[in-house]
Amino acid sequence: MAILINPDGARHWRLLTPGQQRWRWMAWLALVALTVFCWRIMTADTIWAFVSDAPRQAQDIFGRMLPPRWVYINQLWKAIWDTINIATLGTLIAIVLATPLAFLAARNTTPSALFIRPVALFIIVASRSINALIWGLLLVAVLGPGVLAGIIAIALRSIGFIGKLLYEAIEEIDETQVEAIRATGAGQAQVMSYGIWPQILPAFATISVFRWDINIRESTVLGLVGAGGLGLALEGSLNTLAWPQVSLILLIILVTVVISEWITAKVRKIII
Amino acid sequence: MTATAGPARIWKRPRLVEQTWLRWAISLSVLLYLGLAFGSIDVNWTRVSEGLVRAARLFSGFLQPDFKSRWGDIQQGLIESLTMTVCATVFGLILALPIGLGAARNVAPFWLYGICRAIIALARAFQEIIVAILFVAMFGFGTFAGFLTLSVSTIGFLSKLIADDIEEIDPAQVEAIRATGGGFWQVMDYAVASQVMPRFVGLTAYKVDINFRESSVIGIVGAGGIGATLNTALDRYEFDSAAAILLIIIGIVMLCEYASGWIRKAMA
Repeated sequence: MAILINPDGARHWRLLTPGQQRWRWMAWLALVALTVFCWRIMTADTIWAFVSDAPRQAQDIFGRMLPPRWVYINQLWKAIWDTINIATLGTLIAIVLATPLAFLAARNTTPSALFIRPVALFIIVASRSINALIWGLLLVAVLGPGVLAGIIAIALRSIGFIGKLLYEAIEEIDETQVEAIRATGAGQAQVMSYGIWPQILPAFATISVFRWDINIRESTVLGLVGAGGLGLALEGSLNTLAWPQVSLILLIILVTVVISEWITAKVRKIII
Repeated sequence: MTATAGPARIWKRPRLVEQTWLRWAISLSVLLYLGLAFGSIDVNWTRVSEGLVRAARLFSGFLQPDFKSRWGDIQQGLIESLTMTVCATVFGLILALPIGLGAARNVAPFWLYGICRAIIALARAFQEIIVAILFVAMFGFGTFAGFLTLSVSTIGFLSKLIADDIEEIDPAQVEAIRATGGGFWQVMDYAVASQVMPRFVGLTAYKVDINFRESSVIGIVGAGGIGATLNTALDRYEFDSAAAILLIIIGIVMLCEYASGWIRKAMA
């Protein structure tokens, strides 16, 4: 904020000083230049004939998509069941593995801040930075296509997410309660069970349910790389250009996601 | 406390679910579901044991990543991913601002609010990968489809969060600017923007980070970027090149995460 004085002596107020304003302009200019530069590189190989043709293509595709082939749903029940299982079992495995990891990573519960904590943190970061689809791609190459690869892919991706949020929750607990339990003569396990666990239980439950909701979304597309579930049916229909089936699958994915979101909201309301 | 005669009293922590029958019912149905779910997974164990050899090769690939032999492809993929990320974030941001403004109940008229919320819901309805499939079908293979996909997801993400932020601003400042005779744009600039700007810059930095991650995935369905390179490497079972790509992705993601964390801290 600045007050400027005009040559005639009148004072008026400005949000930014001239120096700040200059900096801001420079930053904007740099951003615009960067964007233009990136745009030119990105569109160097773009075939504009295809782009200008897109509205017609879109019309064509949507024309073929409607109406959805409703009877196809009878072949999809198994895929829907698989999708839900991939998400749920993957989340459960991730919870089981991420909970001890979070205790090892939290500054106030880790057995060794020098050696164990960095390792735990690295596992969390590595798991988080690779998308579930890429984990799926790797696991399908290793284990072969199927539901198992999907479950493990979801679990590996979720470990980092749950672990990170959970260890942050552990670091924020109220130490006085831990102190109180310790003062009664409790051992390490009892301190954990009566002093720490009840404090992080609400966070733990919300994090798990939140991740389950995300996992339902991800498991619907994991099949695109061969990891089972609805995505597999989607891939099959896309490859045979069966657009009415594609639209039905997309509709089912949408309904599944909405239902899981509704369940999540309900559970969170109960917990909080 | 006085010592009282009588049976010793033991404290037990309260149960999560109070009613006994409900507790049993929940446990039983969870067990039943788990049994059914695990039962329906059919695993081809011979295939898995074959896979263990590949897993070992993949793992050794991580220990000795091969950056060299496919460096040209990797470089091309990286450039595509990064340019896609920048363009999509800027383009999405330009569109997300007016939409987010329109979707805030306290500044927009009701009809505009409805339209903008519908656009947001539509943009968020499907995962990036499904949007990418549709755009690839419409616009052909390549980065342009990826750029559009990321733009749509940026619009959905940013405009929803902007709208929610604007709805939570302190109305007193809006009132104050309006009382000085400020018009609509002056209210926006001096009362609304100055309240939501710090969080907004933080969110944009966060979205750059997410967009890069996503750009490494949508290549799998043909929308360009490093994901396409990775997919090719895995299809050829070149695990050492794949490991190199994954390590680069992890490195850039970590870099982005630290940078966006730093920006958010600097803005707060």
